[in-house]
Amino acid sequence: MAEVRPHRMPLAVALLCAPAVLVLAVLAALGEIGAQAAAASALAVLVGTSALVGWHFRDVASLRHYVENLRQTWEDDAPVPAPPIIRSPGLDQNLGNVIAETARERQQRRQELRTFAARQQSMLAALPDPLLMLDRHGRIADGNPAARQLFGDGIQGRALSTVLRHPDLLAAGEEVLGGGQGRSLEFTLPGAVERIFTARLEPLDQQSSDSSAAVISFHDVTGLRRAERMRADFVANASHELRTPLSSLLGFIETLQGPAKDDPEGRERFLAIMLEQAWRMSILVEDLLSLSRIELDEHSPPTGKVDIVRVLKRVAAELELKAKEKEMRVVLSGMRALPPVLGDADQISQVFQNLVDNAIKYGHHGTDVRIIAEAPAQDASPARRSGADTLSVSVLDQGEGIAREHIPRLTERFYRVDTARSRSLGGTGLGLAIVKHIVNRHRGRLEITSEVGQGSRFTVHLPLAEPAARTKAAE
Amino acid sequence: MSTHEQHQHIVREVDEQLQHLNQSVSRMGGLAESQLSAVIDAFAKRDSAAAQRIINADSQLDELEQTVENAAIKFLALRQPMAQDLREVVTAFKASHDIERIGDYAVNIAKRVLAINQMEPVSSAASIPRMGRMVQSIVKDTMDAYAERDAEKAIDVWHRDEEVDGMYTSLFRELLTYMMEDPRAITSCTHLLFIAKNIERIGDHATNVAETVHYLVTGERLDDSRPKSDTSSYAVVHPRNDEGGNEDGMDQAGGQPSSEKDA
Repeated sequence: MAEVRPHRMPLAVALLCAPAVLVLAVLAALGEIGAQAAAASALAVLVGTSALVGWHFRDVASLRHYVENLRQTWEDDAPVPAPPIIRSPGLDQNLGNVIAETARERQQRRQELRTFAARQQSMLAALPDPLLMLDRHGRIADGNPAARQLFGDGIQGRALSTVLRHPDLLAAGEEVLGGGQGRSLEFTLPGAVERIFTARLEPLDQQSSDSSAAVISFHDVTGLRRAERMRADFVANASHELRTPLSSLLGFIETLQGPAKDDPEGRERFLAIMLEQAWRMSILVEDLLSLSRIELDEHSPPTGKVDIVRVLKRVAAELELKAKEKEMRVVLSGMRALPPVLGDADQISQVFQNLVDNAIKYGHHGTDVRIIAEAPAQDASPARRSGADTLSVSVLDQGEGIAREHIPRLTERFYRVDTARSRSLGGTGLGLAIVKHIVNRHRGRLEITSEVGQGSRFTVHLPLAEPAARTKAAE
Repeated sequence: MSTHEQHQHIVREVDEQLQHLNQSVSRMGGLAESQLSAVIDAFAKRDSAAAQRIINADSQLDELEQTVENAAIKFLALRQPMAQDLREVVTAFKASHDIERIGDYAVNIAKRVLAINQMEPVSSAASIPRMGRMVQSIVKDTMDAYAERDAEKAIDVWHRDEEVDGMYTSLFRELLTYMMEDPRAITSCTHLLFIAKNIERIGDHATNVAETVHYLVTGERLDDSRPKSDTSSYAVVHPRNDEGGNEDGMDQAGGQPSSEKDA
């Protein structure tokens, strides 16, 4: 039962009856009608008015109650209830229905808006490119999941300058927020892995509800730039390293054309040197090309299976002759049935060719070069994450060893501990760089230890093709 | 306005001023990072035009440092802050100074690039960009630690200074050897030595900022013994006499460095 405000009704009744009662009282006083009749009529008027007013108020109260309830259903998203029936003659019978209609329409509109917003949100979330929304003050209003992945989770509400410090980007942001046109620029995010992005900044229509004033979208162009840079690097490296043998070749050719034209002995000697220089250039170009090819593919891991024992035996056989020239031996050990390694046979072969070749080059005369293969470890070795899913092959030599300060730089391109010696031994400076990149591609690890005056040990850890199969194979 | 409202207003203003100070320091960091990155590129590509641009851009960094200092002094005078707020202002002072020095060293390197570009390229120049990138990553992580108020990151940066020092020592020896083998390369190599030294100093300043960040977040100073392995002060290089000599003919005079002075 709807509540009725107690003091309102009597007041209304009194007001409405007042004229009639007054008239009746005057008439009775003047004697036109009997006092009893007047009193009875006054009572009738009072009762009738009360009934009407009470009815009216009750309907109004129930309507008010209904509207209040509507507010509640709006919160709960419940369907709009039926309106109360209005019978009071003072109110339009349809008032209740109209109110209910309005409420339903509003609910529907809200529903539509919500679906629309959700759809937009899912589109933004699905975008692979990071997106940031900025508010008028340059603070980050929101970012899509890709942006959170790139910049971290706590970016909301922070000023742009505390997340991205690149001055060009900040300047562009200020210009766009200050009313400028949309613009794009390229910038680099430094770090362990350098990444290059093009950023597009666009101002947003000020009417948007969450006060976003601009949007920045980022596009990762690291791959593109890296490829360009590698191409440029290759040219630079090649020209730099080829210059020396080329200039020496030119010198000898000029000498043969001039002063040594009629000197057969000189000719013999010079031609031999020229041949050697030309060979060196040729090997260098081969190595550079090989390194380029490997680097280009480095990010895609190989899928083949390689029998490491067979590869090692073949490498040992190939280099046996070269070892004999220095009265050295290549000794294999640990060559039992080892599980296959995940990799590319040619590349793995190249790794060990380079390592054993180095060992022979730098090993002392008459010593042994040992190749030791170790089955996957049962205990946690310092190998990569899954220590038990890799096998390791070590190449040991008994040469002069490598001083500690050179070790971190050994795999650098063209890095040589002793330039003159390396050149005279026919080294290109690229052997270990090639090894490193191949091992990287195979998601393995290269470990170098050395003791000056005693020798060096190069260990390659390679992941197995089938981690689960190791228990069977390692017998 | 009631006292409470006045108080709220002041608190908001203080917050905004501190935030502004914070952002200015971050911007300085961004500028210094970009200068460092540009100068390493300019060196690697022997780009004199880029080097000149870097030298010209230094005034921006100096102006920002002035701005930060002025804002910080004003804040101290007006607000007389305590505890965390006081540390914020002190950090802004110290960090802005160190960052401005980083910018200065980048400019010094740029000037040397201009000098070097007038000479023939030296082959051992290849390791300088490597050292530069290492320091670049240290500067970035330091500024990240500042922006995120991350004490762990600051400690991590603090430890990496040792690697930079190690690289510097190794580069120092290499250049000395090179100069001895070929006296014509002395001019270039001397410039390279200075460049390497500047990079190493940048690393030191970045480590200073990391120490300051740690202080800002925890209120404690990092342990005094910063790991240092710059033994170049003690490096002595003997000219090589014969084949069977030392690996590279160098040895070290003196034992462990007892102080942290620079070369």
